[in-house]
Amino acid sequence: MSFYGLINGTEKSLLQFLNQLSGVDQVGAESRAAMLATRSIKTTSKKWAIDTAISMVDLTTLEGADTPGKVRALCSKAVRPDPTDPTVPSVGAICVYNDMVEIARTHLDAIGGKHVRVAAVSTAFPSGRASMEVKIQDTQDAINAGAAEIDMVIDRGAFLAGKYGMVFDEIVKIREICGEKAHLKVIFETGELVTYDNVRKASYLAMLAGADFIKTSTGKVAPAATTPVVLVMLEAVRDFYTLTQRKIGVKPAGGIRTTKDAIKQLVLVNETAGPDWLTPQLFRIGASALLNDLLMQRMKMSDGYYASPNYVSID
Amino acid sequence: MTTKKQPRVDVKKTYKLFINGAFARSESGRVFEVSAKNGDFIANPALASRKDLRDAVTAARAAQSGWSKATAYNRGQILYRIAEMLEGRTEQFESEIALTSQITAAKAKAQVTDAIDRWVWYAGWSDKLQAVSGATNPVSGPFFNFSISEPQGVIAIASDVSFIDFIDAIAAAVVSGNTTVILVPGSLAVPAMTFAEVLATSDLPAGVINILTGSLDELAPWAASHMDIDGFDISGINKKKHGELKVAGAENLKRIHAFGNGQSPSRILAFMESKTVWHSVGV
Amino acid sequence: MTFEYAPAPESRAIVSIKPKYGHFINGSFVAGKKHFPTINPATEEILSLISLGGVSDVDKAVAAAQKAYTKTWSKLSGKERGKYLYRIARILQERAREFSVLETLDNGKPIRETRDIDIPLVAAHFFYHAGWADKLDYAGLGHSPKAYGVAGQIIPWNFPLLMLAWKVAPALATGNTVVLKPAETTSLTALLFAEVCQQAELPDGVVNIVTGDGSTGAAIVNHQGIHKIAFTGSTEVGKKIARAIAATDKKATLELGGKGANIVFDDAPVDEAVEGIVNGIFFNQGHVCCAGSRLILQESIADEVIEKLKVRMSKIRVGDPLDKNTDLGAINSKEQLVKIKELSAIGDGEGAQRWSPQCNLPDKGFWFAPTIFTGVTQANRIAQEEIFGPVLSVLTFRTPQEAIDKANNTPFGLSAGIWSEKGSRIFWASQHLKAGVIWANTFNKFDPASPFGGYKESGWGREGGKHGLAAYLKNGKETGAK
Repeated sequence: MSFYGLINGTEKSLLQFLNQLSGVDQVGAESRAAMLATRSIKTTSKKWAIDTAISMVDLTTLEGADTPGKVRALCSKAVRPDPTDPTVPSVGAICVYNDMVEIARTHLDAIGGKHVRVAAVSTAFPSGRASMEVKIQDTQDAINAGAAEIDMVIDRGAFLAGKYGMVFDEIVKIREICGEKAHLKVIFETGELVTYDNVRKASYLAMLAGADFIKTSTGKVAPAATTPVVLVMLEAVRDFYTLTQRKIGVKPAGGIRTTKDAIKQLVLVNETAGPDWLTPQLFRIGASALLNDLLMQRMKMSDGYYASPNYVSID
Repeated sequence: MTTKKQPRVDVKKTYKLFINGAFARSESGRVFEVSAKNGDFIANPALASRKDLRDAVTAARAAQSGWSKATAYNRGQILYRIAEMLEGRTEQFESEIALTSQITAAKAKAQVTDAIDRWVWYAGWSDKLQAVSGATNPVSGPFFNFSISEPQGVIAIASDVSFIDFIDAIAAAVVSGNTTVILVPGSLAVPAMTFAEVLATSDLPAGVINILTGSLDELAPWAASHMDIDGFDISGINKKKHGELKVAGAENLKRIHAFGNGQSPSRILAFMESKTVWHSVGV
Repeated sequence: MTFEYAPAPESRAIVSIKPKYGHFINGSFVAGKKHFPTINPATEEILSLISLGGVSDVDKAVAAAQKAYTKTWSKLSGKERGKYLYRIARILQERAREFSVLETLDNGKPIRETRDIDIPLVAAHFFYHAGWADKLDYAGLGHSPKAYGVAGQIIPWNFPLLMLAWKVAPALATGNTVVLKPAETTSLTALLFAEVCQQAELPDGVVNIVTGDGSTGAAIVNHQGIHKIAFTGSTEVGKKIARAIAATDKKATLELGGKGANIVFDDAPVDEAVEGIVNGIFFNQGHVCCAGSRLILQESIADEVIEKLKVRMSKIRVGDPLDKNTDLGAINSKEQLVKIKELSAIGDGEGAQRWSPQCNLPDKGFWFAPTIFTGVTQANRIAQEEIFGPVLSVLTFRTPQEAIDKANNTPFGLSAGIWSEKGSRIFWASQHLKAGVIWANTFNKFDPASPFGGYKESGWGREGGKHGLAAYLKNGKETGAK
């Protein structure tokens, strides 16, 4: 079996590939990300950026306390983030646990939100600590319930123990289950991988194994989607495209709460992977609180004065 | 039969230059005469030419890499070995200095013991220079930043006529890893060339110390303008002439210094260059 | 719709530039006789008229500095001197934005750099040296090391206020008084600094600023009343100064030119190395004596790195220096632009391949696109001579020793960079490079605590850190048994 002609699927060939990747200098990566954070964008671009960011949001609820009511409320918000302004785009997807997928799908369809995708976290999210059978079943359940996107977690324990082949095989297996029905996002939990070298390795490992998206974090571990982590992942998708002509998406998740944070992410995308990635097909932001800040900024731009949270719905 | 005992005829030394660890005549074939205080002939040391200087600089440059990269411990031991070799020749130096210089025998004796002790003092500096001259610098950022001192390279020395000053100048330059070309004036040629014999038996790598006897007036301008000399100790040159030497030395921005008498780490550091290295600190 | 950065211009309103400036002598501004214009190199707009200092102006400034040295400054304890430096540091922090904008207007460098690098470092230099003023006994220069007296300081146009800080802060901390001449094209921030001295109530005559050209600088160098020269500028002028003071007792520190080698090994962190290459040569339009102007690439990764470098270079934003998104500003002067163009043309003539990204350069002002030359060899002039502009010469090597040999094959010895993920190789390379400042996996970093200065023809002495103090102090009595 060949994976993009880069490895043959054996652990040996995978190791060879990962070991020849260049390292990441932490200081250099962080200073580049910090420098890009100083960019400011045009007012006209800013409106476009806010709408683009809204369309990239994977509106997320991943709580033990999630109920059908909570999920339905989130669906309404996802389809029409600002009920008073029909020009506000819908978000990219809503992201829930797999037992909520059916409720979400049904409700979205009922309220005119067929275009909003449902993403399910999978493979024993967030820890990934379960047998392969459970992970497969978890994924299958979500797809059966109508999930169009699977956000799987990698086995960080295996990764940190150097069992790259095992992590790789899991992703390949889940990719198979997803088939044509669902996009696969692979979550690294970068806060547990710790080093940028690991983030780069995990990025290539996941891309080689068939990921459609690589995603930073579960949202349960800090630090999550820091700008340098996203920078390193964007470099990986950029270089992977050069190698394979295939564009892989990137999803930062966790810690992106303000419009300023979101625009920083878009600047990173623009300057690293390039403007081709500035689309919900290739860039998503996993968030919950962010959406309201984007809406408030949008109001400020159209009204000319600062907005109040009283005018945006809490969910 | 009786044999009449004849006075023994001394076997006298032919004076040469000391270049690249070997004793060589001046390429010019020239010599000059050194006499005792009472006017008696002592020796015909070689009168080094600018071409001899050129050869000595070539030798010093070739020796630079090895000597500067030798461990400090190794350099220290070699300097100490020079002291050991000098000690064994104390009487010879005393008599040569007393004979050829204007100082008394007692002072000559003191100079020689001082010279031996000086080598011991300098030997000990080799592995302490970094501790007193280096630094780790607390820069504002994720960097490990440190400064170390390195030898400048090839140092020319226009030595004062005094033997102890000659020793100070050489030892201060070489202890850090510089290689040297020493220009020796007048009657100092006699103990200086005996000192070359000490060096030849001191495990000192060839080319680290090269000794040219002759005229400072003739050689110093050539040394000052030589583009492959990094530093120039002009302590033995009359202050009135410092300006013209410094003008010539400006062509490659030579580090040119003159020192008062005495031993000091600042004299060693004058022919060292500080290097600061930044390294990013990350995981 | 596309994603575009805003022209995000920093407001000029924060600075008020006078139509004409005099010299700052003995605590007040003194009208000059002749004047010359100083322009904004990004627009060629005349910003103000600057006084052309002559011998008599220098005489007055030196006399004021001498008097201040004898009567007040040398009598003040280190503790009290230090407080003046702390005051200056704080006022500079308060007025940082004003200084940033003024520096950008007068120099042409991007506001991002003046705001984030130049001016913060200026304040940091005063703050750092303030603390030394009462601790000089611990500087390794013996007991009670003494100031020289009046320091004559001549600074360049590439980092106008930062170079002032590098000169003035250690001079004052060590108890010297100062006559400083800013560069001809960039006097404005030095003159604004004079106001800071007034606000800090620095005693009159401790800092004197005489503006002018090379002739003004020569008058300072040759002045009998000056005991120490500190110069940053070209190697050519540095050598002239060395000759001018050869027959005097004046001490000198010289920070001169460079042709820094930025060495990238095959195990380098490539993306960060590319950033380091860009920062090494395009920071401050390449007007940096320690710029990484020679990229020395391991041949096995040369194609990959050059490709990535080109992609990265096409993201460099050239234009209005006051725009917060600008990466590369204006060339400081027409004269410098001509020099950059001439040397680049020589590169073409030598058969090197020139490449620049597409960029629209403004019609007015002095501009040069970021440029790399590949296929450069040691024998090329663009591998040997300092271009002092945004022009990078790319060479390759096969073995580590070859990299070092190429890096050292120059009369300069100011800076070098090493990119490798192998610790032992970094230490090996840093030991073998003949350069005063070496950056490993970074480049163009500066700090008041870090000594800066060059080997060989890159100059004499160090500025910054403990080592920099030696430039302004006569050794005190040495302690310890002998």
